[in-house]
Amino acid sequence: MSTAIKPTTPKTAVAVCCEGVTKTFGEGNVAVQALRGVNLEVRNGELLMLVGPSGCGKTTLISVLAGVLRRDGGACAVFGQDYNRMSEDETTSFRGANIGFVFQAFNLIPTLTTAENVATPLIINGAKPHAAVSHAREILIQVGFDDRMMRSLPQDISGGQQQRVAIARSLVHNPRLIVCDEPTSALDSETGRKVMELMRELAVGKDRALIVVTHDARIFDFADRIAEMNDGVITRVVDSPSELKSMQEKVD
Amino acid sequence: MNFIALKMLLGDRAKYIGIVIGLTFASLLITQQLGIFAGIMTRTFSFLSDVGLPDIWVVDPQVKYIDDIRPMRDTMVLRVRGVEGVQWAVPLYKGSLAVRRTDGTYQSCIVIGLDDETLMGGPPGMVTGNLWNLRKSGGVIVDQAGAAGKLAHILPGGKRVPLKVGDEMEINDNWSVVVGICKVTQTFQTNPVIYTTYSSATSFAPSQRLLLSFVTVKAKPGQDLNALCQRIERATGLRAYTRNNFKMVTFLYYLKYTGIPINFLTAVVLGFLVGIAISGQTFYNFTLDNLRYFGTLKAMGAKNGMLLRMILLQALVVGGVGYGLGVGAASAWGLIIGGRTQLAFRLPWHLLVISAVAVLVICLGSAALSIRKVMKLEPAMVFRS
Repeated sequence: MSTAIKPTTPKTAVAVCCEGVTKTFGEGNVAVQALRGVNLEVRNGELLMLVGPSGCGKTTLISVLAGVLRRDGGACAVFGQDYNRMSEDETTSFRGANIGFVFQAFNLIPTLTTAENVATPLIINGAKPHAAVSHAREILIQVGFDDRMMRSLPQDISGGQQQRVAIARSLVHNPRLIVCDEPTSALDSETGRKVMELMRELAVGKDRALIVVTHDARIFDFADRIAEMNDGVITRVVDSPSELKSMQEKVD
Repeated sequence: MNFIALKMLLGDRAKYIGIVIGLTFASLLITQQLGIFAGIMTRTFSFLSDVGLPDIWVVDPQVKYIDDIRPMRDTMVLRVRGVEGVQWAVPLYKGSLAVRRTDGTYQSCIVIGLDDETLMGGPPGMVTGNLWNLRKSGGVIVDQAGAAGKLAHILPGGKRVPLKVGDEMEINDNWSVVVGICKVTQTFQTNPVIYTTYSSATSFAPSQRLLLSFVTVKAKPGQDLNALCQRIERATGLRAYTRNNFKMVTFLYYLKYTGIPINFLTAVVLGFLVGIAISGQTFYNFTLDNLRYFGTLKAMGAKNGMLLRMILLQALVVGGVGYGLGVGAASAWGLIIGGRTQLAFRLPWHLLVISAVAVLVICLGSAALSIRKVMKLEPAMVFRS
């Protein structure tokens, strides 16, 4: 079973490098420029949080970085690869092999068991369902699931457990970049912290980068760096504890 | 991905059952109506099917179908016998005569008069009695359904006692006696069928100058039947059909001059539309409900081709299940109801194919709408809450 997807690009210190990335939705009078020239670098082995007010372009930026949305202008390389130079199918294949997703609403398929949900990226990448589910169960053990919970449907487990399943799903195919959209916003404070602890423990590694979009100031201390975004651009990136704290106070 | 597609489909029980019920109903309605149509149309030429031995039927040139009797001169039999390539030719009488029942009421019956010497053209199967007993004076053989149904004795309490060998009856005021009970294929008119000899039949029939209904012909071995038909037509001025051609002429007549096809076609189209309306709509709703998950799969690396195959598989699974249940229900209905009543129901493989194609079209039509929606789906939608 080929559950570990091989990286399609050579390992570099920089996972993501964007310069002057722009994205506009709509045309003419109704055009909205969501990204106005984003410059951002995400390093391998770090957890970068992307913060900013609603509508500032955070979700658009992670969509571009994850390859689910095409940028209009600027340059952007993810592990040295430029999505705009790939065909639609190549981009999809690249995502399947290199990107993991954690969504705000979890997006677990309600008719699949938790183990089957976690196995989905492996099945998409060509693994046989039985082998994929076996591997998924190993990952689920790491996020604290027992046999009964692995056979449960998503609606039968709590929100925190669902997010742990989503995290397991984002990790199961060993992607090099994980993008998380508001992973704790649907969870209470304690569960949110536990989820972030789990992500730090399991997801952050030397050859993997995490980008977490969040409004939740309570989890800022899990970040290696925090990029603040406003009105379609990165206004600043901080990495010292004091700057984190001052930013936290500012956000509060 | 088939695994995920099937889990998504079967896991949503309410929608899955809704789609399958819609397709089952469509399949049932289409198959059942086509089956009845086929049964009724087969009955139009059941007499031709039952009289299996002759290769060619010779009739008056004005005859348009098997029940359109235009009597000919008896000498035509001799003229047909004289045509090169004819092994034998015998007369056959067919007419509708009134039979007086024991309670004094009259029942119209189809009377078949067979060649006195050969008894060629007799019933396809005997229940009791013997075909040769027709040679007894006034001897007749009555079909089983008629004997137990429209010709049965009705006792004072209303109980029906089927006709049996030895019972007497009056055909057009002529005495006759039942010498056998036979099986025949149900006719279009559903009147009882009575077999007798040609001479008896023509004596039962009202007096008229011409009485010969058909000349049935057996070709010599190796004859081209169409060429023989042409030779008979040239020699006699009559019309000659091969058995299959006469069946087709009869079939087409009923198709063209009765409202049967349009009535059944309406029901078939209705079934098709019901299938589209219920299943198509439910299947499309099922896809819409799962759009977020299709988007998630797309974001996680599922290509459009994979999603296309998933939707097609889902459509084919519900189609297969719905078709199977529908055809099964239609067959069971035909067997149960057909066995107890005079229901005309036939289910040749052609109808199963037509029904399958109709269900396939419904499924693919439903899937096409869903596929279009999923193909145009932007994977970025997964980040929208």
